[in-house]
Amino acid sequence: MCGIVGLFLKDEALRPDLGRLLSEMLVTMTDRGPDSAGIAIYGAETPGRTKITVQSPAPARDFPGLAEALAAATGSAVEIARRDTHGVLTVAEDAAAAVRAALTTVAPEVRVMGVGAAVEIFKEVGKPADVVRRFGVAAMAGTHGIGHTRMATESAVTTLGAHPFSTGPDQCLVHNGSLSNHNNVRRVLRHRGARFETENDSEVAAAYLTDAMAGGRDLGAALAGALADLDGFFTFVVGTRSGFGVLRDPIACKPAVMAETDAYVAFGSEYRALAGLPGIETARVWEPEPATVYFWDHARAA
Amino acid sequence: MPTFDLAATPLRALNEALHAVGPGSNDTRFEVLNPRGAHAVAVGADAPVTIAVHGSVGYYCAGMNAEASVTVHGSAGPGVAENMMSGTVVVEGDASQYAGATGRGGLLVVKGNAASRCGISMKGIDIVVHGSVGHMSAFMAQSGNLVVLGDAGEALGDSLYEARLFVRGTVKSLGADCVEKEMRPEHVAILEDLLARAGARGVSPAEFRRYGSARRLYSFDIDNVDAY
Repeated sequence: MCGIVGLFLKDEALRPDLGRLLSEMLVTMTDRGPDSAGIAIYGAETPGRTKITVQSPAPARDFPGLAEALAAATGSAVEIARRDTHGVLTVAEDAAAAVRAALTTVAPEVRVMGVGAAVEIFKEVGKPADVVRRFGVAAMAGTHGIGHTRMATESAVTTLGAHPFSTGPDQCLVHNGSLSNHNNVRRVLRHRGARFETENDSEVAAAYLTDAMAGGRDLGAALAGALADLDGFFTFVVGTRSGFGVLRDPIACKPAVMAETDAYVAFGSEYRALAGLPGIETARVWEPEPATVYFWDHARAA
Repeated sequence: MPTFDLAATPLRALNEALHAVGPGSNDTRFEVLNPRGAHAVAVGADAPVTIAVHGSVGYYCAGMNAEASVTVHGSAGPGVAENMMSGTVVVEGDASQYAGATGRGGLLVVKGNAASRCGISMKGIDIVVHGSVGHMSAFMAQSGNLVVLGDAGEALGDSLYEARLFVRGTVKSLGADCVEKEMRPEHVAILEDLLARAGARGVSPAEFRRYGSARRLYSFDIDNVDAY
């Protein structure tokens, strides 16, 4: 099973409602996957600043004083906004790599969930309603976001095994399905320099797209390559700094339904997830074709 | 005329009421409001009642239907009219995967498009899709008729047994053991009747091609061993 949702806003007036709409969509998909849940939100950017979303198994121990310790270790100002077990560190763009490196010594148990100018990622073990409440997702604003509620199949039920997976700046992926050649692809990507945090097949899919985009391809072209190189059953919904993509394997037995209006593009594993969206009654609703790349980009539309 | 507003009434109350309809009942028209993609709406109806569902439904709507006439004024999720025995199911919008799967009788009409595996393993049901069908439609179909006014996706009729497939538009590819067959007068008559019952006006049977099983796969023949 697993439940996926995604929302790409075209109408700026909806941006304050992104977190609330995504939360409602995700909670509706609870019975597709009660193991863990997560959400990636593309929120406000500050020029010259990078956001590093981190997670700690013991936030009361790790988060107090973390920003100061990282600042002392790197000589750059670090701010932290805490949300339950997660914290969003905001640092100067050119200091992001140093801060990330310093984390391994300053707070070795703190894990990086995602890095980017816009993206923030929140994920935990537990039911979607609890997870989105703990992080206060409903109050978050942004341009687009994706969410996932997981029924674990390929690997362990842990925070790191929850989706979305982020393996590159401002990139993230949620996945419903299972990949049959993920070990081989992981090995190839490791040789090319990719680093993996988990044994999860979905992390391999994310890293595959990151690798392809690092080679200069846009998200649409990277997804087209995934059709040739990834085996198994999958529906992917992916986000980039300004883009939103959907891909189903050629057999397409994992469910997917999409809706588009002048105000948004939405994805759900089931229509139920879309039923509460504004204007859904008159939206164009369709089932994405197998082996077909769907791809929207704010930068391209502008 | 019982009305079930699923925003206020549990789905189970609707299905229990449908299952409780006895001979001579006066409650023969059911209205269902606010389905909002709910699963298993109007499943297991077993009486000649009329059920109008106002909105889109999720998985398995009208599954196992017998005798009832169900109309979905919206789209249907995976498995609409799965294992239908008799009666009529009409989807005004699109249908998702495996519409009419394993159906044994009755008529399923999809006014929009149907996705992949429409009529998979159909066993006597008639399915008329006004739009197009996705890949692997009528996979392992055993009997009944699949009529497609639009196009068919890849591997139409893969491993087909005895169902008749009529397609008006293009067929992306035929599955294993599925071949085009001639349209004889009896097929024209079957098609004419189905098009009329499905409300497809202005469409002539002459516009369709017929596909069926070459019957090379489904009974074992040692000369075909390479094909298995």
